[in-house]
This record gives sequence, structure tokens and C-alpha cells, in this order.
Amino acid sequence: MTSLSRDDVAHVARLARLELTEVELDRYTGQLAAVLDHAADLSALDLAGVPATAHPFSSANVVRDDVVTACLDRDEVLAQAPSTEDHRFSVPRIIGEAP
Amino acid sequence: MTSAVETARQVRAGERSARSVAEAALAVVDADNPALHAFLHVDREGALAAADAVDALVAAGTDPGPLAGVPIALKDNMCTRGVPTTAGSRILEGWEPPYTATVVDRLVAAGAIPVGKTNLDEFAMGSSTENSAFGPTRNPHDHSRVPGGSSGGSAAAVGAGMVPLAIGSDTGGSIRQPAALCGVVGIKPTYGLVSRYGLIAFASSLDQIGPFAVSVRDAALCLETIAGHDPMDSTSLREPAPALTDSLDRGVAGRRVALVRELFEGADADVVARVHEAAELIEREGASVIELSIPELRLGLSAYYLIAPAEASSNLARYDGVRYGLRVDADDITQMNVATRTRGFGDEVKRRIMLGTYALSAGYYDAYYGQAQRVRTVMIRAFGAAYEQADLLLGATAPTTAFAFGSKTADPLAMYLSDVFTIPTNLSGDAAITVPFGTGDDGLPIGVQLLGPARSEADLVAAAAVLEHGAPA
Repeated sequence: MTSLSRDDVAHVARLARLELTEVELDRYTGQLAAVLDHAADLSALDLAGVPATAHPFSSANVVRDDVVTACLDRDEVLAQAPSTEDHRFSVPRIIGEAP
Repeated sequence: MTSAVETARQVRAGERSARSVAEAALAVVDADNPALHAFLHVDREGALAAADAVDALVAAGTDPGPLAGVPIALKDNMCTRGVPTTAGSRILEGWEPPYTATVVDRLVAAGAIPVGKTNLDEFAMGSSTENSAFGPTRNPHDHSRVPGGSSGGSAAAVGAGMVPLAIGSDTGGSIRQPAALCGVVGIKPTYGLVSRYGLIAFASSLDQIGPFAVSVRDAALCLETIAGHDPMDSTSLREPAPALTDSLDRGVAGRRVALVRELFEGADADVVARVHEAAELIEREGASVIELSIPELRLGLSAYYLIAPAEASSNLARYDGVRYGLRVDADDITQMNVATRTRGFGDEVKRRIMLGTYALSAGYYDAYYGQAQRVRTVMIRAFGAAYEQADLLLGATAPTTAFAFGSKTADPLAMYLSDVFTIPTNLSGDAAITVPFGTGDDGLPIGVQLLGPARSEADLVAAAAVLEHGAPA
């Protein structure tokens, strides 16, 4: 595995919806590269044929009976939102204006 | 400080009112919290109301439950309806959840009195509480040292004698490491033993809730109370909760305990010395002790720091400024998301989100995340083989005693190494307990760690009780 580049970090920050200053970009590149370099001990292992573990115990999907139960109070939930309108969450423009 | 067991006995017997216990605890919190900063929020009104409710039950001749009148602190990543819950992050500052975590409901139903919410590394990511957006917690044994983390506030609250019990969460050692550094007992239960409904998620295949206490008996009582299936958490185990306090006096005679090299190698000499003394004590008490090497455990740190950030990057995508918490306004929604997350998250959280996003990104997924998951299988198998030779494993909890503020903040990898002995248990989903066992050359507490297979909590508390009784003064 190659070591992490500054461009990689900038790309990842964009994917994660984070904005980094130039100084942060430099610092994070070094720090994240150190962690990934440490993980080189894993890449050296030949684990072909070993199954991946996503979860400590094998779990099956859990379903419940289709009956109405108590749920969160709408007004109480909306009271915690940064912005609401007509009992809905309100957000800034999603679709750009036509050119 | 009066133990949880004794306080509950007194309150149930009507010898002492829950209100007087709560007022006394609140007075200690008022006196000590300005210096320690263990609590982010003290819920005086709620605590006194809960205490009065317990007293009303006692007056009516109804048993309030096994934790009657016991003051308890809650890590601030447990949702409490109408009470601020921040996860140590600016992005949730001022948020009041519309629901309460199952663990809190169970504690209150057992008569416990939640007195407040404790400090933590932001979103439980850290080993010192230095990543809290609201300032660090100080170690009650030495105010120039960290309390450990991420549940540092809960550990310090118990270590300082503010409350006899506290609740924390453990994703890579966040209960055990601060418990060791603050000189208290901490349990990381089997994955799924305690419901996580209402726990703010960090890494969902690793997170588990557990207790801090001044004694093994109190910790066992607390865990017994919060354990058990919850239909609101699909990962919660279906088997009935284990009886733990019944097992406390069982001792270790006839048990097979393995002293595991990879669980203390690289630790400071005083820590290693305490671990060997603990092994000798266990052997004197009738256990057979063998030495064991499990080289696969050395892979834990690397696997953890790919898996946990990967899961965190996904879990923390929900903080987008739409439904709750901080919003930084901008012209369109993407810019609003970016501005909100950039201002709302601290350095370490950003670091882990980016690390996880990278590990999951196209072209790197199999090399990093996939390989880490395969290593997880290798470690689970290695633990399984070890548990054929031994009932329990013994090692250190943390490589050092409490370290000084700022000593690891510039080097994330050095900070991550303070969890090197605790991480393997989270990856396997098994159980572990830390118990105070003497002090280091600096006079600060040292914890030793006992590990067991899934659902071995009864064996763990029995062995921990032996260590507790024989611990060096």
C-alpha cells in the first residue's frame, strides 16, 4: 500500500463534507499516514480464504410484529431541529437555479 | 464513601431517605466539580425528583429496587429525555433528546438517582478526555494528569467519591482504561449484554455500555440491573441476564488462568510488576496459572483503527445540520452540511471520519477495511484457542499510569497505544473487567485486567473479587 498523499486527504475531506485549512491539510496528512503505515502489519498477512467478520456474533435480521406502538412525539422532535416549517424539517435550497 | 450496596440497603430499610443521599451527593459534586470537571451537566432538579419518588415508594411499603437511592453518573453519550446530551461535541451543544436510553430507564426503574452527565472525549473518541469540546476532566488522584478516556468524567466522578456508580461506554477500552487510571472497577460486558438503545453510536460493531464502581460488588450489582434483552436494540442478546452478585464469593479455586504476554508487553515496569503479583495472588488462591502467548493480539490496534473509524464515518454522517444540533447557515444544502460539520466537529473526530472514509473508499476498501475484518476473524479464532487452555486471561489494563495533559495530543498514534491491551476484547465481542491493583512508582493507581469469553461475567467478577481483596495497599 502506498502512503497517503495530501491530495488523498483533500479528496477524503470532500467526501466527508469537511473543509480543511492548508495547515490542517498538512497536519492531517502526516497523522493519517502514520496510522495507515502502522496498519502495514495487516497488509503483509496472507489471509486469502479467511472470512471477514463484520459483527462479533452472527446475527440474523430481527423483525417485530406489525403492530402500532408508541413513537416519538412529533412536536418534541421538531422542537430540537435548527429550522422547521409546517411540521417539517426545513433546509436551504437543494436544487440549483436554472442557468 | 458508602457503597451502592449499602446505600440501597439503608434506603430500602427506611434508615435513610433517598433525598438525603441525593443532597449529600450533589453537595460533593458542587464542591469538587469546579476543579475536576467530571460533570458537563448536573441535573439537580431531576435527581431530587427521582429521590422523592424513591422515598414515596418506601413510605408506601413498596420496594424501590436493588439500586434504591443510589446516586449514579451517566456518560454524556447516553440520551436523557429533556436533559442536555452533548457527546462532548459542539455539534450537539444544547440538544435535548426526545427519548431516554434503555440503560437509564432500567437504572431509574431499579431506584437509582441519575445526578448528571459526565465529560468524555468527543463522540467517545479518545483516551484522555482532552478531546472534549468542553474542556478536559482532571484525574482525582493528580490534577495535572488525565483521567483516561473516553469515559474520563464517569471514572473521575467515581474515583473522586462524588458518586458510587457511573455508566460509561467501551468501544476500544473507554471504560477499562479510565477506570484503571482513576483507581476504580470497570466492566466491558459481552457485546449485546446491555442494550444500546439511546447510546450515541460511535462504532456499532464494538460499542458496549458498562459500569464504573468503587467495588467489584457494586459493579456486579449495577451490571446485573442494566443487562438483559431489549427489543429496541436488535443486537441485544436474547438470553436472560446473568446473576452476578451470587457469584462474587465463588473464588478462583480450580480455575485455569492464563497470563498473556501480549497483554502486558511494552507496559511500564511497575505495571508489569503488578500484573505478575496479581498472577501470584490468583495462584495462591487456588487457580492454576499458565503463561501464554497470543501473537495475533498484536494485530488488534491496526485492525481497530481501520474498523472503528470506518464505522464512525458512517455513523457520524447523520450530523448534517438538518434534524437536530448545530446548523451553520449557507446558501445551499451541501455548503450548509460542510459548514456545520466543519465547525461542529473537533480535530480527533475529523481525523477519524477521514480515516474511516479513506478505508472505505473505492480502491482501498478491500486492502484496508476488508483486511481488517479478516484480521478480526483471526483474532476471534486466537481467543477461542486460548479459551480452550484457560478459563480467563490476565494482563494489564493500560500500559502506564495516568499521563500528563498534553503529553500525547500531538501524536495520535501514541494516544491510540494507550488502548493496546483493551482493544482486542472489543474486536472479539467478549467480556473483560479491570480492578485496581496497587500503584505505580508515581503513587498513581494501576489496574489489572481479566478477560473472559462471551457471557463469562460471573467468572470475571468472582476472579476480580479475589484480586480486590488481595490487592496491595
